[in-house]
Amino acid sequence: MEPASRNLRTLTYISAALFLVSLYMVFFYAPLEVVMGQVQRVFYYHVSSLWVGMLAFLVTFIVGIIYLRTGNLKWDRIAVGSAEIGLVFTIMGTAGGAIWARPIWNTWWTWDPRLTTTTIMLLLYVAYLMLRQGIDDPERRRRFASVYGIVAFVSVPLTFFAIRIWRTIHPVVIGTGDPEAEGGFNMTPRMVQTLLFSFFTFTLLYITLLWHRVRLERLSEHMAALRAKFVS
Amino acid sequence: MIEINSLGKSFGHRPVLRGVDLSVAKGEFVTLFGPNGAGKTTLLRIVATLMRPTVGRVQVGGFDLASHAHIIRSALGVVSHQTLLYNDLTAEENLRFYARMYAVPESGPRIDAVLEQVGLARRRRELVRTFSRGMQQRLAIARAVLHKPAVMLFDEPHSGLDQDAAAMLDDVLKAVAAGGRTVLMTTHDLTRGLALADRVAVLRRGKIAFNQSTVEIDAAHFTEMYAGVVNG
Amino acid sequence: MDNISEPLQSVSTLPDVSAAIVKTPTPGTLRAAFAIVWKDIAAELRSKEIVTALIVFSLLVIVIFNFALQLDRTARENVAAGVLWVTFIFAATLGLNRTFASEIDRGSFDGLLLAPVDRSAIFFGKLISTFVFILLVELVVIPVFSVLYGIALFEPLFLLVVVLGTLGYAIVGTLLAAMAVHTRAREVMLPVLLFPVSLPVVLAAVRVSQGLLAGVEWSRISAAFSLVVTYNVIFLAIAYMTFDYLVEE
Repeated sequence: MEPASRNLRTLTYISAALFLVSLYMVFFYAPLEVVMGQVQRVFYYHVSSLWVGMLAFLVTFIVGIIYLRTGNLKWDRIAVGSAEIGLVFTIMGTAGGAIWARPIWNTWWTWDPRLTTTTIMLLLYVAYLMLRQGIDDPERRRRFASVYGIVAFVSVPLTFFAIRIWRTIHPVVIGTGDPEAEGGFNMTPRMVQTLLFSFFTFTLLYITLLWHRVRLERLSEHMAALRAKFVS
Repeated sequence: MIEINSLGKSFGHRPVLRGVDLSVAKGEFVTLFGPNGAGKTTLLRIVATLMRPTVGRVQVGGFDLASHAHIIRSALGVVSHQTLLYNDLTAEENLRFYARMYAVPESGPRIDAVLEQVGLARRRRELVRTFSRGMQQRLAIARAVLHKPAVMLFDEPHSGLDQDAAAMLDDVLKAVAAGGRTVLMTTHDLTRGLALADRVAVLRRGKIAFNQSTVEIDAAHFTEMYAGVVNG
Repeated sequence: MDNISEPLQSVSTLPDVSAAIVKTPTPGTLRAAFAIVWKDIAAELRSKEIVTALIVFSLLVIVIFNFALQLDRTARENVAAGVLWVTFIFAATLGLNRTFASEIDRGSFDGLLLAPVDRSAIFFGKLISTFVFILLVELVVIPVFSVLYGIALFEPLFLLVVVLGTLGYAIVGTLLAAMAVHTRAREVMLPVLLFPVSLPVVLAAVRVSQGLLAGVEWSRISAAFSLVVTYNVIFLAIAYMTFDYLVEE
């Protein structure tokens, strides 16, 4: 098995290093929020995770289109890798949000538009991966997954609007609105810096993980081809 | 009329066709024999534009399959071992549907003519559900010749038929072929397949292992010859 | 596709064979689509399998909701639109499951693929016939629901929303059904794929229906109505552009 390329290894080290730095920033550099206390620190990773979740979904959408047009397998490898990573980050982000919400609002969950849309996005991710799992023929799997990636991604903004429209008649009963940047609290410059740095770190992390995953996919395909050749 | 060059087809990593070269001249009747799993159905499906080859080229009437499938389809008549008929419709309704799908001009008289040709004129108002297998096959052929195709593809048309039905089918096949049509047929029935054909080919493990004009073949010893090709 | 520069070598002058393929007409997409619709409806009229089963199923769902929710009069009015739409969704999903399944299981799908027509004709044909079947079911369910829940449902705008919402669901449903039919857990896969994607149109349709039943002024529900229409347009376009990729092999 060929080892990971030099660039990938360098990127991995850089990502790891940046992550450590961001940890420091989150816990020590960023100030303590007055009202919420320590639990507010979850915010930085909560938002960054969800950012990656959405970015990954967008990537899956785009490479799905490219795959359908070109038929080049590497795009589909990126699609499946992005979907898996996106799913994980979305789950992490949602869990982080729940952890943050509990002590602040005394509830794990609300049905506000953003949260609900994120949940739907999660379900779409799962559906996408289930679809891939359920098709044996690899060529068909790639084509179908690409189409579903397109359909699923387009539905997300529409879902958001639908829920928002719904909510204008049924106002949000619980809480002070979304705990996002513009709602729950005011951000000092240090907080902003920490947040932006977390965004950057997580994005880099996403790219690193994606690269590793694509490489793994390529190797496993290679294995399957060798195995098939050996058998026949 | 049909030119197949270096045709290869793999499902995932499993190769089914490994470089098939076959020509069917205009007006020629070619029977393709081969053991189960040799790839006969796959080959026929590719020529029928139902499947895309992994490698290689197929041309029908000078038109390339990959780019002009649409045109080729209007000149193709296909009979597979599935009847492609709708059980809940009458014979006539089935033909009317296909007449529409192929934009057959003056469909009324044309439908009458083909029903007459296959000997089902008196059963036209009966549901296909009530037809015997032999009758269904004959109606399937009627459906296939409805649009006056220049090329006919038959995938194991004798399967599931008793001697009488098979003999009746042979009459129909001869009539169909007599119109100057180009025919490519696969079958397990060595005797009938040989009797109907101008040329005979054998597909073995994804490649053509035998290809000869029937004039040069001794009908009495064909069974042994075939066994030799397949097992040798 | 019909611009052919070189004619096929004329096959022969024998009476039963086309002289030149270029002269063979191919049906327009819409004509072929309607041929498929006609075929599906004719077959259904004979067997009456799908529509009757869906009607019975829908009525059962309504009855179950009635008992499960144990509603008093006011609560019932509030959830009426929701219950109705959930019933429609369930029935529609079952109907959509059969759209391609019956063709592929019987092998007749090849017959559709062999025809010299644009692939989208198959999509539109199947969409329209499934849509018609679901509408027929709704046509029966709505009056029954009216009676059971004591709510008048025959306002034209309300019926319009039902039609448009159903259409939106059917468009995406037909596209995804073409995928689901090739997966291992076929009947389960379609809802898994379809429910989250169809949420916008279902939510919006319920919103409008609810508003209409409650007598809310139009300006407050017009946004939701626009969403239903927008959803239809967007996904019709997407389906048209991507269906080919689903049926080629």
